[in-house]
Amino acid sequence: MAIEWFLVLSALLFTVGFTGVLVRRNPVVILLCLELMLSAGALALISFSRLHGDGDGQVFVLMVLVVAACEVVVGLGLVVAMFRRRIPLDVDAMKELKG
Amino acid sequence: MNAASWGWLVLLFPLLGSVVIGATFRVLPARAAGMIGIGAIAAAFACGIAAVISLQGEPAESRHVADSLWQYASVGGFDIDLGIYVDPLSLFMVLVVTGVSTLIHIYSFSYMQSDAGYHRFFSYLNFFVFSMLLLVLAGNYVLLIVGWAFVGFASYALISYWYRRETATRAGMKAFVINVVGDIGLVLAAILIFRELGVVEYGAVFERAPEVFTTTNEWTAVAICLLLLVGAFAKSAQMPFHTWLADAMEGPTPVSSLIHAATMVTAGVYLVGRSHPLFELAPAAADVAAIVGVVTLLVAGTIAIVVTDLKRIIAYSTMSQIGYMFMAVGIGAYSAGFFHLMTHAFFKALLFMAAGSVIAAMANMQNIDKMKGFYKAMPFTAAMLIIGALALSGFPGTSGWFSKDEIIDFAAFRGGWYEVLAIAGYIGAFMTAIYSFRIIFRVLPGPPCEEARHLIETGHVVHGEPVNPATGGQEDTEVGYPGEDHHIAEQAPGMKVGMSVLAFLALVGGLVQIPGVTEVITHFLEPTFEDSPLAAMHPTAAEAWKGLAKGGAIALVGIAFTWWLYIGRPSMPETLRRTFRPLHTLFVNKWYGDEIVDFLVVRPFLGLGRFADRVFEPFVINGLTGGTMSVVRSAGGAVREIQTGMVRGYALLMLSGIVGIALYFLIRSI
Repeated sequence: MAIEWFLVLSALLFTVGFTGVLVRRNPVVILLCLELMLSAGALALISFSRLHGDGDGQVFVLMVLVVAACEVVVGLGLVVAMFRRRIPLDVDAMKELKG
Repeated sequence: MNAASWGWLVLLFPLLGSVVIGATFRVLPARAAGMIGIGAIAAAFACGIAAVISLQGEPAESRHVADSLWQYASVGGFDIDLGIYVDPLSLFMVLVVTGVSTLIHIYSFSYMQSDAGYHRFFSYLNFFVFSMLLLVLAGNYVLLIVGWAFVGFASYALISYWYRRETATRAGMKAFVINVVGDIGLVLAAILIFRELGVVEYGAVFERAPEVFTTTNEWTAVAICLLLLVGAFAKSAQMPFHTWLADAMEGPTPVSSLIHAATMVTAGVYLVGRSHPLFELAPAAADVAAIVGVVTLLVAGTIAIVVTDLKRIIAYSTMSQIGYMFMAVGIGAYSAGFFHLMTHAFFKALLFMAAGSVIAAMANMQNIDKMKGFYKAMPFTAAMLIIGALALSGFPGTSGWFSKDEIIDFAAFRGGWYEVLAIAGYIGAFMTAIYSFRIIFRVLPGPPCEEARHLIETGHVVHGEPVNPATGGQEDTEVGYPGEDHHIAEQAPGMKVGMSVLAFLALVGGLVQIPGVTEVITHFLEPTFEDSPLAAMHPTAAEAWKGLAKGGAIALVGIAFTWWLYIGRPSMPETLRRTFRPLHTLFVNKWYGDEIVDFLVVRPFLGLGRFADRVFEPFVINGLTGGTMSVVRSAGGAVREIQTGMVRGYALLMLSGIVGIALYFLIRSI
């Protein structure tokens, strides 16, 4: 199978994820979309790895997965903290950190 | 033990003394502190003698030992050892310094006994002796500079010893600043020596110098020597760096006696003597040393004749006598110069001690106009003053007679224009007789003044109000001096011991160097100066005796003239003063030395500082920093609007940025 299909799928997944980050206001959903974007990147890496016929891309994918896991830990931690303080789960409501 | 080990011990004791007294001042009883101070210096003196004995055991050509403890610094081929150089010259200085210091420590033990800063005083004094010994024992120019700077600090600390007295702190600063100018000269000289010769150790420098400083670059040697002279002149209070010494009299009298008469101010003479191989390669610089010495001796002599502050008279006399020493080492009369250094240390320390006794009896008054009739009040001090003045003026048979006239003889013997120096030396000798006996004839005879009468009648010295002798203002006595029962004059045994030993030395010290008979100093210093062509030449004994006769006659005439002036015709000084009013004004104002320095150096620098303060800083510096700040601030104000706090907005911006960059590269690659 040609590599283009994989890349197109990856691009599509990325776009879906990014659109989700841009349009949704619930931090849990934004986190899900971020995961989607990371997976899209991982898919592209796997495809290139296959194209070149070596394992470098797969190693990177492992790292991406670790980063994704960490990011989810932090993100969900934030969400739990917000929930505990009875802060509405809406990223647009939290804009005190501005210049 | 060899001489070098003894040399290290000489250095060790005063350092230990200073540290021990300084560290334990809270628990140490005052008397113990004084005892430790005296003991440390006496031990150093004993080690100095041991070093001499061990060095004299060697054959004459190997009487120099260089020894190093560790490497002091090593940077890019610039290797300096923490090393000492023990040879007859440095040991000569060690003996003079430690010997006179021991006596002055004994004197101070009594003199300072009611001062609240007793521990501080002895700690400083020990530190000074250590620094001075480091200066004379140093084995290379770098360590010499270390010792040189240390004595500068010690001098500063001791001049400003009564730190609540404003005149004292100012005098300390003045001395320090002028000495730092000299230090710069010395440092530049050391750098130049290293650049030209690649070494700084004495032995290596003097070995290589004749090969490097040939006729083609003689002027480099002259430059080095002139820079060395800047340091030497500043430390030894020679023109034009002489103004600090008179002000340095603000310090306690033992300090004036030890540092500003007997030892530290002669460091310049030692430096020239130590570097004599360089000066002989640069005769022009040596002539400069001689000429400046002669000019200083004449100028300082004229000032000493007219000033009325007892300690300042002796201070100007010190400058004048150091002028003789510079003249000696400048013309190559090394042993004569160092002989005069030694005898001067004896009689000048003695004069200061006796003056300190008189000043204490006067409740800190230093004006000789107010002193009278101390002969009856303090016969012992009077005798000491007379002995000191006799030796200073070169009365036949005293130490000053032998040493001063040996220098003048040598100048006359070298002939040519050096004869001018000899004549100036004789004029200086005449002035010396006048000013030294001016002190005697004004302070000792006559009807006793109030303070002296009080002393005769009650047997106690006057307890005056503590006033500053320079300004007459009330003194802050919280830091000790002048405490309630400070005034002890000559009654204390320590003062008597110190003075009488020095008086003995001042009287008979000259006998070690009788022309054609003993000549101990010349023989002792011979190994140091053996390579010098100038040291080999000296007048015959007959010529020397002729010079001594001339010098003695001049001293006698001078003393008789002074007697006639102050005792025979008491109205005469006033008449003279009126007749030569412009001259008197010039001398009383110290040839306007302070004003000239003020005009040439202080005012331009102050002006520069004011310019920097009023113009440069507000407009240039503040303009630059303030301008940068406002640019950054306004730029920041513009950019901060982008920070909305909207996370999704940031994400969109980021995306558009990435997309923009990606598009840019895509389009470019097409």
